[in-house]
Amino acid sequence: MNAEASVAEDFLLDVRNLEVEFPTLRGTIHALQGVTFQLRRRETLGLAGETGCGKSVTALAILRLISPPGRIRRGVILFEGRDLIAASEAEMRDLRGSQISMILQEPKMSLNPVIRVGDQVAETLLVHDRTLSRRAAKDQAIEMLATLDIPDPHRIARRYPHELSGGMAQRVMIAMMLVTRPKLLIADEPTSALDVTIQAQILELMKALKREINTAVLLITHDLGVMAETCDRVAVMYAGSVVEKGPVTTVLRRPRHPYTQGLLRTIPNDVAQDQPLFSIRGQVPSLLQPPIGCAFAPRCDQAMPECAETVPPQYGLEVDHHVACFLHRGTGSTYSQIP
Amino acid sequence: MTPTTTITTLDISEAKRRRAEARWRYARDTCVLWRRNRLMVVGTAIIAGLLLVTAVAPLLATHSPYEQVLADRLLAPSGKYLFGTDGLGRDIYSRVVYGARITLTIALLVAAISAPIGVLVGILSGYLGGAVDEILMRLADVFLAFPRLILAIAFAAALGPGVENAIIAIAIALWPSYARLARAETLNVKNNDYIQAMRVLGAGKMRIMAGHIMPLTLSSIIVRMSLDMGTIILTAAGLGFLGLGAQPPMPEWGLMVSDGRQFLVDQWWVSTLPGVAILVVVMGFNLLGDGIRDVLDPRQRQA
Repeated sequence: MNAEASVAEDFLLDVRNLEVEFPTLRGTIHALQGVTFQLRRRETLGLAGETGCGKSVTALAILRLISPPGRIRRGVILFEGRDLIAASEAEMRDLRGSQISMILQEPKMSLNPVIRVGDQVAETLLVHDRTLSRRAAKDQAIEMLATLDIPDPHRIARRYPHELSGGMAQRVMIAMMLVTRPKLLIADEPTSALDVTIQAQILELMKALKREINTAVLLITHDLGVMAETCDRVAVMYAGSVVEKGPVTTVLRRPRHPYTQGLLRTIPNDVAQDQPLFSIRGQVPSLLQPPIGCAFAPRCDQAMPECAETVPPQYGLEVDHHVACFLHRGTGSTYSQIP
Repeated sequence: MTPTTTITTLDISEAKRRRAEARWRYARDTCVLWRRNRLMVVGTAIIAGLLLVTAVAPLLATHSPYEQVLADRLLAPSGKYLFGTDGLGRDIYSRVVYGARITLTIALLVAAISAPIGVLVGILSGYLGGAVDEILMRLADVFLAFPRLILAIAFAAALGPGVENAIIAIAIALWPSYARLARAETLNVKNNDYIQAMRVLGAGKMRIMAGHIMPLTLSSIIVRMSLDMGTIILTAAGLGFLGLGAQPPMPEWGLMVSDGRQFLVDQWWVSTLPGVAILVVVMGFNLLGDGIRDVLDPRQRQA
């Protein structure tokens, strides 16, 4: 698959060469350095990577909610063909919550402590439809809570967030974000703050809902197990750029980028008890002065001289599988690169 | 609780019953929290008493608050004149009873003027930040630079004596403290995830400020208001005492204290009994304010 063919395809979300920076007193933090990925309609794309690699920043950039002085330096974000970077603030406000929603990490922190949860779910509807009556919005909110397997939604709707368990709060949060049936749901570590048993329930619920309302999901997680369970495709991020992306089975079974390979080896499943756990040597590079070439080169066992000098382009390996690594040069055609 | 059961049909009468039940539970919890705090019960009783006196002042008063019986000047408290009479032979008890109306009116009006202005300024300042914050807060600083009473005296003197002007003067002196409080609360909550969640949902600045930040500032504003009631009453009495507030022959408590100054040594009741009224009411508001803080805190309601 070459660059032209992929451009022509009708993506729900098409992010290209996205760069985000945060000026600080000690210099500019280059949080995203050319992030490129696409999301098809009704697809679940996993965005994987360690803490600080720019997953959440990517999500906020899509919603244009990077708080100043941080800013999007360049790049293209196309949502249904519309350029979100060029959109006005009013247009973005219309889009947020109705077309694109986002579930935040900490469910209990994401609900206003002094407002009853039913009213908070109803608020989403009221924000986007000024003609809707408060009562009608509330009825819809309660219906949505029922869809989310919340027992006795009438009673739960009248509760305050502190009266709910973490799992229940996350359900309310999901209700709040999906009640408008958005086309894209961004879920930023939706289950990281929950117990393992609740995690599975929430993930199942999200899967079911996704089918029901036909939404696409951008699932941000560092849990590769969650990713294998729920995603169609994954994009692996490292130090502000996407290093490998492709169908979930391909990437997890036959990872091509040395970083992805290392990441998968860190999962402690088959390790014998007396064996030390595997970890990738070295540290994540500072985003204040990112390396000139491949960001992973200093930690890579297979690094070549040119890795330190040039940023590797994305090489297309097989259908839909791309890797930004010189090891795979010549195995496929070059994918779009920073102009 | 079994989280897997989906309730698809919602029985309306059942829902109504549940709603009523929840309301009843909320009221009962409030009652429990209220009773647990003894001082608050005392405060509530005092303020309830004040409201009652205000409502039925004509029934409680034994005399007209304005009628002068010069023959009965400066009589000590007795069965006929419960609190005695003042220098013009007016019944002090009846004047104190009617004075409650004036005091309450002043306190409520000042709070109703200054708190909303303060909340508005504070939330705008805290949420928008930048130049708006600088301008509004430096303006507030100008007012906070003077002691409240001095500022109120200055404005009352400039506007001219009278109850209405006293109310305006006290409100002018008071709003910056509400603005500061609302701003601090706003700064405290504006970067919370739930405010970010509202931005994610596409809510605009106005909606976030009015619908999501304002309710969070309210509990501290209400507590502050009930605590300030005392200060307002004292300031109003102070202005009345100085001749800048209520004018004779109004039965205003501060003015009455002032009237009795010349008889303080020989006829103590003329100044002291209106003074006691001020003391009791101010204390009542303070106790109530302290208690309201506890009862309003939703975290106290956990079972």
